[in-house]
Amino acid sequence: MEHEQAHKLAIFRGALKFRSNVTKIWGVFVILSIVTIVEVTLGIIRPDFLVDHHFLALRLLNWIFIVLTLFKAYYITWDFMHMRDETMGLRRAVIWTALFLIAYLVLLVLIEGDYIFEVYKNGYIKFNF
Amino acid sequence: MEATVVKTGTEEKTWGGGNEPLKASYGKMMMWFFIVSDALTFSGFLAAYGFSRFKFVDAWPIPDQVFTHFPFLHGVDAPMYYVAFMTFILIFSSVTMVLAVDAGHKMNQNKVILYLFLTIIGGLIFVSSQAWEWSTFIKGDYGAVETKGGQIIQFMDNEGKRVALRDFATAPTTEERTEQTKENGIWYKNEAEYLPSISFEQVKAGFLANDDLLVRVQHKDEHGHHIILNRQESIAKVVNDGALVVEGANLRHNEYGHPLFADFFFFITGFHGFHVATGVLINCIVFFNVIVGTYERRGHYEMVEKVGLYWHFVDLVWVFIFTFFYLV
Repeated sequence: MEHEQAHKLAIFRGALKFRSNVTKIWGVFVILSIVTIVEVTLGIIRPDFLVDHHFLALRLLNWIFIVLTLFKAYYITWDFMHMRDETMGLRRAVIWTALFLIAYLVLLVLIEGDYIFEVYKNGYIKFNF
Repeated sequence: MEATVVKTGTEEKTWGGGNEPLKASYGKMMMWFFIVSDALTFSGFLAAYGFSRFKFVDAWPIPDQVFTHFPFLHGVDAPMYYVAFMTFILIFSSVTMVLAVDAGHKMNQNKVILYLFLTIIGGLIFVSSQAWEWSTFIKGDYGAVETKGGQIIQFMDNEGKRVALRDFATAPTTEERTEQTKENGIWYKNEAEYLPSISFEQVKAGFLANDDLLVRVQHKDEHGHHIILNRQESIAKVVNDGALVVEGANLRHNEYGHPLFADFFFFITGFHGFHVATGVLINCIVFFNVIVGTYERRGHYEMVEKVGLYWHFVDLVWVFIFTFFYLV
């Protein structure tokens, strides 16, 4: 096994390049912290504009949370779990499989949930079953 | 170690098993595939949560109003600060873990020991925070009344502040609770499944005596706020529909709103907490192996890397739970 394996040190598509793997780790930590602080602040303030406007059946605020979550997930996987340094084959075997199955499941199940909501709302069905 | 590795003597030949297209060791690859399957398990749970939430989308509890506590700050309204703190703890323990992996690549035993130790401490702080969060959630705060239809109604004063049941319910009457037994010929009645500290009759009497009190229902208006009824509607709601007092949350009743919210909260954060707890355990085993020099003798610290993958995965899942339980 190779001990001093090469790490790719550039993030943001090369816009930010770190000197060493350790500084990259701290840099990613700072980025993740900033994103978390933004999320918590938005979650506490809940600006009216973002709450009252919808896009694809979800509030804008929720879309922001989801995008920021995926952003954090990307950096945790790519830099903490070293996905950036793995071969393309391993990366795709893991990420594409999981992403496809999860997106498929979530889409179907949420559409079904919304349908049942409509049935409750418009039909004469008791609140709980 | 070497004894368990089967070699065919054809390692250099492409069709003899010598070709490693993914350039990852067996153990690391299997850890990745385990993580994929575990991610699908968690997604199944979170998707089920999303399903139930979409089903009751206009009556789901608002997390800002559920998780408002911070240890040692009693009565202070602190929405989400504590869970944000927990998130930081977990991200930070991820950082120390990846630093330990990095030190392992450099064969720096002492640094691996230090960083693994910090990771374990972070994990323990996280698990105990989650225990605190659970106990606060189970104990509840203001209490609520459940209607005959299974909906939760909560009490507010006319300034829009929550009012606890114990603050307005009439004093308990002195009637004795007698336990009926089969010996007395009463076989058809069972004890109530759980006994709140005050009865619904006391809450109702206190509510009718106090003109400032209003009722907040589970259903939300178009801005996503729970609807607060006026005094007449409130009285009608309590008198006609009220059925039992709910304090805190369990798997059947939940003072914060729909019982499914509590069920999924217990199930998903519990499953995640179980992952953190096993992660701490595995980290401890690897930690002692590092101390006694197992990996130093083996010549590489790949085991730290593998357990690190698991630990980061646990952090990754928390990022999603944080979003879908506390933010959205």
